[in-house]
Amino acid sequence: MSFISYLVTGISLGSVYAIIALGYTMVYGIAKMLNFAHGDVIMIGGYVVFVAVSNLGINPYVAILISMAVCTVLGVVVEKVAYKPLRNASPLAVLITAIGVSYLLQNVALLIFGSDTKAFTSVVTMKNITLFDGQLIIPGVAVVTVLACIVIMIGLSLFIKKTKAGRAMVAVSEDKGAAQLMGINVNGTISLTFAIGSGLAAIAGVLLCSAYPSLTPYTGAMPGIKAFVAAVFGGIGSIPGAMIGGILLGIIENLSKAYISSQMADAIVFAVLIIVLLVRPTGILGKNIQEKV
Amino acid sequence: MAMLEVKDLHVHYGVIEAIKGIDFEVNKGEIIALIGANGAGKTTILHTITGLIQPTKGTIVFEGKDITKTPGYKIVSLGMAHVPEGRRVFAQLSVYENLLMGAYTRKDKEEIENTLRMVYDRFPRLEERKGQMAGTLSGGEQQMLAMGRALMSHPNIILMDEPSMGLSPIFVNEIFDIIQQVSKSGTTVLLVEQNAKKALSIADRAYVLETGKIVLTGNAKELMDNESIKKAYLGE
Repeated sequence: MSFISYLVTGISLGSVYAIIALGYTMVYGIAKMLNFAHGDVIMIGGYVVFVAVSNLGINPYVAILISMAVCTVLGVVVEKVAYKPLRNASPLAVLITAIGVSYLLQNVALLIFGSDTKAFTSVVTMKNITLFDGQLIIPGVAVVTVLACIVIMIGLSLFIKKTKAGRAMVAVSEDKGAAQLMGINVNGTISLTFAIGSGLAAIAGVLLCSAYPSLTPYTGAMPGIKAFVAAVFGGIGSIPGAMIGGILLGIIENLSKAYISSQMADAIVFAVLIIVLLVRPTGILGKNIQEKV
Repeated sequence: MAMLEVKDLHVHYGVIEAIKGIDFEVNKGEIIALIGANGAGKTTILHTITGLIQPTKGTIVFEGKDITKTPGYKIVSLGMAHVPEGRRVFAQLSVYENLLMGAYTRKDKEEIENTLRMVYDRFPRLEERKGQMAGTLSGGEQQMLAMGRALMSHPNIILMDEPSMGLSPIFVNEIFDIIQQVSKSGTTVLLVEQNAKKALSIADRAYVLETGKIVLTGNAKELMDNESIKKAYLGE
């Protein structure tokens, strides 16, 4: 029974990674850059909900919406101010800028909120599910997290397949020049991608803090990096890949904690990244399309 | 007045001047060929016209409107389509979805349907393969798709960059037949080609480009008989 319990917690943690990884992978797919500040947007999302609920007494669900709005705007502004001027710069310059933005967000949060850990009140009100006469308890927040992840995944896939803006995203991710020739506003599409990714990061932040209720300016950093690992694991640029990679990573991490060593869990997670890159550099669902010439 | 008028165009890549002040014009209904060797600047000119590259100097006037500073993504809705070099179809989208991308800026569903019908009639092979991923098409089929995709915007002028590149001789003939059909149906054509012989055989007028400058211009038939052209470009 305990195995199933660990597995469920792993899937739940993995779902959070998956939601964060979606943002990573979409931005990578479209802007061909690794937005290392993505993890810190999660932290900002967490703080917005914390302030709204604990300090201002706003309804938690309204607070989530406010948090999504703030993160969406933050994502778009960061892209406009920090990344857009580097559109034609070397990838290394963009990468370093992203790391800089990451530290900037962390330190701004440190200035505003201080370094002490804030106790985050879970916004999930669903009760725990008790099965097999109490031998297996599935936390309500785990159920909500997994459901949220599934809904986001389906919604995002439909958006990309069925809407004009979604197809424009695919076109931009493949060939910016050709997309522009079709009349697609490439900068607008990139902004939209950052907006969606950052909005999702806010949701991930709320779910993460609800499951692990402590909030510091560095809360987003580690999940952000793990979500990046998940995105690479699943095949960066691929949306189902981010999903599979995230959930597998959550399971691996949690089972490692349970059966091997809780201190070694992170090391094992990053070892997985190294092995995946050695064996299958494109990740599980990585694109390796053969094109005829 | 010319439909497309390029005046004193200069384009730089960093410090290198790729286009060194060229002037040319395309009149409504014409097929104009820009010919020249590799690196002469043909593709750069097309990219500058449709806003993929910004010129350092000069003006581009299309149907009386100065489009030199117009953002690239706004060009297609003005009635100018560009079939880029190397086709650049969207490999992960189906043939049908690629064609829809061509009509991205158009709103009227019914009109888009009509244009799609017209494109399928002109390229029956695209209809046969409409569900197939564009990346799995052969080079010739991708060229047809790139042309079909450009026609989906219902352009007044179509810019074609090396449509015959890398194609088998049978496909080359087919593509040039289609260009003539497109022209006959009322679309003006600006054609960039290394295959000078083919280009001159269907063009009304042509401009010969050498390292960023126009060195010769005239009636396509006359250029075909020009000794220096024969020697340099027609391999005779």
